[in-house]
Amino acid sequence: MDAVTQFFQSIPYDQIIIQTMNGIVTGMILALVASGLTLIFGIMDVVNFAHGELFMLGAYIGVIVLGATGSFWLALILASLIVALLGGAMQIITLRPLIGRDPLTTILATFGISLILQNYALWQFGPSSRKINEPITAHFNLFYLEYPWYRLVIAALSAAIIGSFYLFLKHGKFGVWIRATTQDRVMAQAMGIPVPWVLTGVFAIGAGMAAASGVLFGPLVGVNHTMGLDWVLKAFIVVVVGGMGNLGGSIAAAIFISLLESYASIWVNPSQAVIVSFVVLILTLLFRPTGLFVPTPK
Amino acid sequence: MKHSNKTYWIGFCVVLTVLIVAPLVLPEFWRRFLTEILIWGLLAMSSDILIGYTGMISFGHSAFFGLGMYGAAAALLLVSPPNMWLAIIFGLAGAALVSLFVAFFSTRLRDIYFAITTLIFSQIFYVIIFTWTEVTGGENGLAFSRPRLSIPFIYSVPFTTETLHWFVLAVVTACYLILRRITQSPFGMVLQSIRENEPRTRAIGYPVELYKIVAVMLSGLFAGLAGVLYAIQNKFAAPDFVYFLVSGETVIFNVMGGIGTLVGPIVGAGFFLLLRELLSRLFGDQFPYLIPLGFIFITMIIFLPQGLLGFARRWLNR
Repeated sequence: MDAVTQFFQSIPYDQIIIQTMNGIVTGMILALVASGLTLIFGIMDVVNFAHGELFMLGAYIGVIVLGATGSFWLALILASLIVALLGGAMQIITLRPLIGRDPLTTILATFGISLILQNYALWQFGPSSRKINEPITAHFNLFYLEYPWYRLVIAALSAAIIGSFYLFLKHGKFGVWIRATTQDRVMAQAMGIPVPWVLTGVFAIGAGMAAASGVLFGPLVGVNHTMGLDWVLKAFIVVVVGGMGNLGGSIAAAIFISLLESYASIWVNPSQAVIVSFVVLILTLLFRPTGLFVPTPK
Repeated sequence: MKHSNKTYWIGFCVVLTVLIVAPLVLPEFWRRFLTEILIWGLLAMSSDILIGYTGMISFGHSAFFGLGMYGAAAALLLVSPPNMWLAIIFGLAGAALVSLFVAFFSTRLRDIYFAITTLIFSQIFYVIIFTWTEVTGGENGLAFSRPRLSIPFIYSVPFTTETLHWFVLAVVTACYLILRRITQSPFGMVLQSIRENEPRTRAIGYPVELYKIVAVMLSGLFAGLAGVLYAIQNKFAAPDFVYFLVSGETVIFNVMGGIGTLVGPIVGAGFFLLLRELLSRLFGDQFPYLIPLGFIFITMIIFLPQGLLGFARRWLNR
């Protein structure tokens, strides 16, 4: 009996609650990145290696606009728009000629894009990281910590963006086009849907979502040229664990993995906590290669 | 057929002779440069078994290369006096372990999923090597002295840049001949049929998973050998070489040179490294050479999917 009470007393409840909140916040941002990635994959059969670089570019544009205008929300909107336009242009120039070729060539092409963007950022902005100031500086007390409201705002905003995107996909005219293209590209074309432009539009939307998450996440860590790779790797894990092309699964997997990593970081240092998500990936591949959050096909 | 075979061997001998004579003519810097091209070429050639012959793009070759390097480092640091053959054995063992691990898990997946999982696995090893400072030296890596060129009990001299070049050339040529033989063997034919049509290969009765695992391991072994050679040439092992950028460059070498040709990746490595050298000479060390190289890479994917060698071959046959 004594041992049991001692065990329950030794659990750091306060830390667990704090880490749960941290996990949900990073999970929502990860979900925003991963849903763009899974959207582009599900509809275009393109694995966008440059997704992390779009995230990074969004953060950098956020830094510039914030410096020029001083408004965080303007920076968020402008960065999303600019990166969405850039993403559309990228798709037209590099991916459109590859439609109909082996999907593996699209990995190579987007990998080339990511190299260019990453090195451009290094060249243009230098190796030291930039800071985005939080737009909301208020805190509330959580045990011994002053927990910033901004983090909760990020989680809510990410959820709002994903939610409105989902509604758009279900009810908007362009959303219906997107779903039609996913189901049957040839038939959609026959019905008069401009399929090539739908694909460009999807890429642009995915890019815009990545950029938005970059700006939102900027205040939590510094903005530097390697931040893209970390995120795209995490997003890849999420997308594989959640099931490729499955929006709901990706969101669930994003939160699941972020929570696990946050809990792990109570006991080990954060750079090693990454190993946890690798272990989840390996276990998923072993037992459910189609993804954890996919209903079992009957 | 007989005729083209003869031209092939003549061409092979000519290129080999040029490479043998080259270090006697070239100045010191370019001698080292040529050796380096051969080593990167071996790495690229090893991944060609997967990309070109089995149709699986691996973004995880840096793990095999890096573990070969750290294996060699372990042998050279732990055993004194440092022994070249022991370094090779340790490096190959390290690469074999890692590639068994990676192969076992990642071959369950196909196409894009395979590419992503190999990338993630190489990143796992990067994190482990980067954070396990006591054993791997962490960010700084490990430095060691170069072993002597030796044939056990018979012959032992210190390496000079010429003998190092000839040694690397001998290893790379041997690997090339072995890989060529493998790709033309029944085993290689099965790999190519997996590339062309996997369900049909399975339906005929070949254990596709087993073939894939062996292919990944084979590829990993040769990549590990490249890592050992690189460690011997540069006398250090660093986590940068386990980083994903090296895997990416390996894929670039393949695509630039021409996949599915074995020689192509070496040509690609040479092309890439020469361009890089040229750019940094023209614009200075700080120039982000990957930007123009990235543009060339994308252009080649769109317009020249067979790579330089495939293009040259088609042009010659015209």
